[in-house]
Amino acid sequence: MSELLELQRRVAAAVMQPLTRAETMPRKQPDGRLNRTEAEAMIKPNDRLTSFDRLEIYNRQYWFRLYSCFEEDFPGVKAIIGSTRFDKLMRAYLTERPSTSFSLRNLGSKLDKWLNENPEHLGPRPQLALDMARLEWAHIDAFDSAQLPPIDADELASINEQSILKLQPFLRVLELNYPVDDLLIELRSENGSADSSSNNASIERKRRHVRRVSSLPAEEIHLAVHRHDNSIYYKRLHREDYRLLDAVLSGKPLGEAIEYAFTDTTIPEEERGAFLQQAFATWAELGWFVTLVK
Amino acid sequence: MPANRFNGFTEYGVGIGLRIPHYQHILSKKPVVDWFEIISENYMIDGGRPLQILDQILDQYKVVQHGVSMYFGSASDPDPEHLKRLKQLVRRTNTPWLSDHLCWGSVDGRYTHDLLPMPYTWEAVKVTAERIRNVRDYLEIPIAVENVSSYAEYHVSEMTEWEFLNEVVESADCGILLDVNNIYVSSQNHSFDPFTYVNSVPAERIAQIHIAGHSKFEKYILDTHDHPVLDPVWDLYARTIERAGPTATLLEWDDNIPSFEEVHAEALKAHRYLAAAKPTKEEPALEEAAK
Repeated sequence: MSELLELQRRVAAAVMQPLTRAETMPRKQPDGRLNRTEAEAMIKPNDRLTSFDRLEIYNRQYWFRLYSCFEEDFPGVKAIIGSTRFDKLMRAYLTERPSTSFSLRNLGSKLDKWLNENPEHLGPRPQLALDMARLEWAHIDAFDSAQLPPIDADELASINEQSILKLQPFLRVLELNYPVDDLLIELRSENGSADSSSNNASIERKRRHVRRVSSLPAEEIHLAVHRHDNSIYYKRLHREDYRLLDAVLSGKPLGEAIEYAFTDTTIPEEERGAFLQQAFATWAELGWFVTLVK
Repeated sequence: MPANRFNGFTEYGVGIGLRIPHYQHILSKKPVVDWFEIISENYMIDGGRPLQILDQILDQYKVVQHGVSMYFGSASDPDPEHLKRLKQLVRRTNTPWLSDHLCWGSVDGRYTHDLLPMPYTWEAVKVTAERIRNVRDYLEIPIAVENVSSYAEYHVSEMTEWEFLNEVVESADCGILLDVNNIYVSSQNHSFDPFTYVNSVPAERIAQIHIAGHSKFEKYILDTHDHPVLDPVWDLYARTIERAGPTATLLEWDDNIPSFEEVHAEALKAHRYLAAAKPTKEEPALEEAAK
């Protein structure tokens, strides 16, 4: 192994280890080695700072940057589970799932899956917190995904049961147990716009204040998270709309998708044609259909 | 020297970093600004509002790309997806040159999102110069590497930071984005004379200069980009301009960002030094006469 690679692995291991509760570098690494010894082996002291002090600056900067970004991305989860629990969640998630992307935009990409595997971080209302995490990630994903030219009316008129429709890359559909859409709109308007990448250091951790949400009555909702004129919207869907879009997004031919949409439905058979016509007209107007695969 | 092969033979003047809080002002008021520097990573996306804003800016202003996560000095290779997206953005912006930092920040596919200092070793010179050459060949535009602020030095270092910078840029045959604030911050943190650094850099390779503010603590200085430029940094800027000529200059302000007017006014203070460095029309004739 090259000396450069070995040094970078050792420094990264030290820099990425979780801070103490006082937001300082811990005395020991997870394998029991003393951080003071590790720092002294790699880093020169100066007349004002020990090797440990100097390494600690980078350890703190690493976490301040990640915490700040994560808090910007998931204010709704923080509002639901509270600051103390959110701090523990961030620390555990970012320790177990460190960034593997050049962009901080992707920091929360594995949160939904990780929370399902680690539900102890979700607090007393786990489904509410999980629903919020899913909506917040869908929002981030919809914000800067591609927008393709919509299909024209003639092409749309030519679709049949075998057609495999393609939808806008920015469109996400969610089935949720709580009406977290209204809550997130409220929280985001209270907190302004999201952060972006930069190359400066922070004096201290930037904490984002969010109002604690004590409760929210359960209500099953279906939601499309989409973009119009480059703004994000949450559109409530009927259960059948959701199932149809979900099936189309998963690549099912239109006939199969419609059958799936109306499974166990309460919509009478004679009204289904009009229901589909209305849904397709709305989605076409929103530009959600992009090209016919076949 | 101001227009050189490392900045695409441009003479860009004084610019500021394009930041979200100023979008509305720039698009509605259309202020006169020589150029904007964008953080590439904020626009390496597939669609949405950031690219819409960028396209509107590109319609009216000159834009140069500055990256924060290429990590030329990382022992591991860069993510191919990163390079692909960066090239797409280069084509969109037509940036005449591209800059990123002389540092590392990722290892084994994990990213620290920080600008970690290099060990100043011969192995690191070789790895870093090769990476810069490869990225330049892939992107097909001039590259300038920026010196970073640092808070730590390694035992294994075999040369000074400025010797390392010089070895890398000579070996890679690339340009320098000289950040005089970073030189000042590091000089205070590591007790060296910042003028020795500025005087040692090959002036003909300076493609661009960064200026910024910093925060001073009892035992060290932090590169926070949240203040006006301080006098010792202006002094280093003046010396750099004296050596390199009137070079494209950019003010970075990333935290506690004030109004657009305040940031721009701070950047324009650079004109004091740039004007002094510009040769007057009479000077060439006088030089000829002296010959």
